[in-house]
Amino acid sequence: MQFLSQLINGLQLGSIYALVALGYSMVYGIIMLLNFAHGDIIMVGGYLAMLAIGAGVAPAFAVMISIFGCTILAVIIEKGAYKPLRSAPRLSLLITAIGVSLLLQNLALLIFSANAKPFPGTSILPSGSVSIGGLSIGTTAIITIVVSVVSMAALTLVVQKTKIGKAMRAVSEDTEAAQLMGIPVDLIISVTFAIGSALAGIGSILFCCRYPLLTPTMGSMLGLKAFIAAVLGGIGSIPGAVVGGFAIGLAEVFVNSVGLSTWTDAVVFGILIIVLLARPSGFFGRPMVEKV
Amino acid sequence: MKALTLKMPVRYAINTVLLALLLLAGSALLSAGVFGRAQTSVIMQIGVYIILAVSLNVATGYLGQLPLGHAGFMAVGAYAGAILWKALPEGSLSAVAGIIFGGITAAVFGLIIGIPALRLKGDYLAIITLGFGEIIRIAIVNLSGITGGAPGLKKIPKYSNFTLVYICVILTCVIIHMFMKSRHGRAILSIRENEIAAESCGVNTTYYKVMAFTASAFFAGIAGTLYAGNQGIIAPSEFGFLKSIDILVMVVLGGMGSMIGSIVSAAVLTALPLFLQSSLKGFNDYRMIIYSLLLILVMIFKPSGLFGTYDFSLSFLIEKLGVKKSAKGEKQDGAKA
Repeated sequence: MQFLSQLINGLQLGSIYALVALGYSMVYGIIMLLNFAHGDIIMVGGYLAMLAIGAGVAPAFAVMISIFGCTILAVIIEKGAYKPLRSAPRLSLLITAIGVSLLLQNLALLIFSANAKPFPGTSILPSGSVSIGGLSIGTTAIITIVVSVVSMAALTLVVQKTKIGKAMRAVSEDTEAAQLMGIPVDLIISVTFAIGSALAGIGSILFCCRYPLLTPTMGSMLGLKAFIAAVLGGIGSIPGAVVGGFAIGLAEVFVNSVGLSTWTDAVVFGILIIVLLARPSGFFGRPMVEKV
Repeated sequence: MKALTLKMPVRYAINTVLLALLLLAGSALLSAGVFGRAQTSVIMQIGVYIILAVSLNVATGYLGQLPLGHAGFMAVGAYAGAILWKALPEGSLSAVAGIIFGGITAAVFGLIIGIPALRLKGDYLAIITLGFGEIIRIAIVNLSGITGGAPGLKKIPKYSNFTLVYICVILTCVIIHMFMKSRHGRAILSIRENEIAAESCGVNTTYYKVMAFTASAFFAGIAGTLYAGNQGIIAPSEFGFLKSIDILVMVVLGGMGSMIGSIVSAAVLTALPLFLQSSLKGFNDYRMIIYSLLLILVMIFKPSGLFGTYDFSLSFLIEKLGVKKSAKGEKQDGAKA
C-alpha cells in the first residue's frame, strides 16, 4: 500500500516534469538550443497566477492568465534575445539563454523579494482525497495526472495531424530545406516556443499546487530536472520526454522514500550522467551522426 | 626601415623586471598601510577571481566548450586545501603544501569528470558539468564529518597574503600562457576552430580536451584554496551554480580566448560591486540584473567580448614604439642630408 501511494506520488511529480520536459524537447529539436529560461518561465507563471488570484480573479481565469502570460513571455524572449543570434555559434546562444534565465530570476527577486510566497493552490484545485480499495489518493494527484495526459495527447495530435505540426517537424528536420519549401521558419519557431511555454504554464500551475511556495529560484531546479527528463527520453522526441519525465519523477520519490532526501538532486544528476555516457541519444532519440 | 625585434631573452627580462617591480610596489603599499583590512581583502579576492577567470578561459575560450561547474572545482580546491591546512602545523611550507594539494585534488576531480563529460559537447557538456558541480556541492553538504556540512568549515588558517596571491596569479598566467604557446596549446586551439578537421590532422582530440579541462580544474582548485585562506570560513552554499556563472560572465565579457580580457574583467567585476556597495545604496539588488543584461547584450552585439582574442604583450608594444622612433630618426637623417 505504501508502495502504491508512493507510485501515485511519483506519477504526479513525473507528469509535471513531463509537461515541462516537452517544452525543452521541442525547442531543442527545432533550434538546437538548451533553453535555460524555460524553468524560469514556470516561475513567472506561478507568480502571475498568485497575483491574479490575489486581485480577485476567478481561479479559472487566473489559470488562463498565467498560461497566456507564459506564452507571450516566451515569444518575447525568442524574438528579443534568440532571434538575433540565429546564425551565431551555439555557444553564444547558450550563454544568452543563461543570461535570460538570470534576468528573469533577478527581476522576480527584485519585485517579489527572496521570501517564499504562499501559493493559493487550494482555490484552483480542491484539496481532498478519493479512496479506492483502502488506498486514499489526493484529488490534486489525480487531476495533475489527468491534465498532463490530456495535454500531452493534444500536443501529439497537433504535431502529427495539423499543418503547423507538419511544418514544425519539417523545420526540426532541416531548417534550410524547410525554408526553401516555403515554410515561414521564424513563425514556426515562435509557435514552437509558444506551445512549449503554454505547456510550461500548465505545468507551473500543477507544480505550484503540489508545492505551494513561490520563490524566484524555484524554476531553475525544476527546469534542470525536466531537462534531464528530456535527455533521458531522447531529446526532440515527444514520447521520450513523457517517459523521461515519469522516470525522473518516480526515481525522485523513491529515493526520498528510502530516506536519502538530501541526496535526491545528486541522484537525478547521477542518472543524467549515466544516461549520457551509456546512451547519449536517450531512450527514444535517434543517434546523431555528424556529417563533414 | 628596419623593424625593431626584441630577442626572446630580452623579452623575458623585461617581463620579469616589470612583474618584480609590481610585486615590490604592491608589498610596499600594503606594508605602508595605504589600504585598510577590507581593501586588502578585496585585492586578494581580485587575485582569486583572476585565477578563476583565466583558468575557465582555458576550457571556454581556448577549448571552446562551456563547462558550468567551475565553482565545483573551486569548492574541491578550497575544502581540500583548507582541510590540509588545518591538519598541518602552521608555517609557510604548509601554506604552499595546502595550495598544491588543493590544486591537485581539483585536477583529479577534473580528470574524473572530464573523461566522461568531454565525450559530449555543447549543451550536453554544459549540463553535465553543471550536474557534477551540483553533486560536489551536495556531497560537501552531506559529508559533514569531513567538511563541516552546510554551516561550513570554520577556523581556516588565514595564509593568503598579498605576496602569495600575487605569485599564484603570476604563475597561473605564465604557465597557461606558455602552455597555450606550446604544441599542446596549438592542438587545443585547433579543436576549438574545428574539431573534425583537427582530428583528421592527427590531433588526439579527447586527450587534449581532457588535458585542457584538467588544467582548468587545477588552477580553479588553487584559486579555491587561496579563497579559503582569505575568508577563513567557507560554506558549500558559496560554491553554487551562480558562482560558476559569475566566473563565466568575467570570461565572456573580457573576450573568450583573451587572457588580458579575463584579467581585466575579473578585476573590474570583483572590485566594482564591492566598492559600489558602500557608495551606491541598493546596488547589490541590481548587480545580477546588470550582469545578466550584459551577458545578453554582449552576445548579441559583440559576441567576441570586449577584448576579442587580443592579448597584451609588452614587448610587442615596445617594438611598435621602437618602429615609430626609428622611422622618425630616418626622416631626420634625410632632412639633414
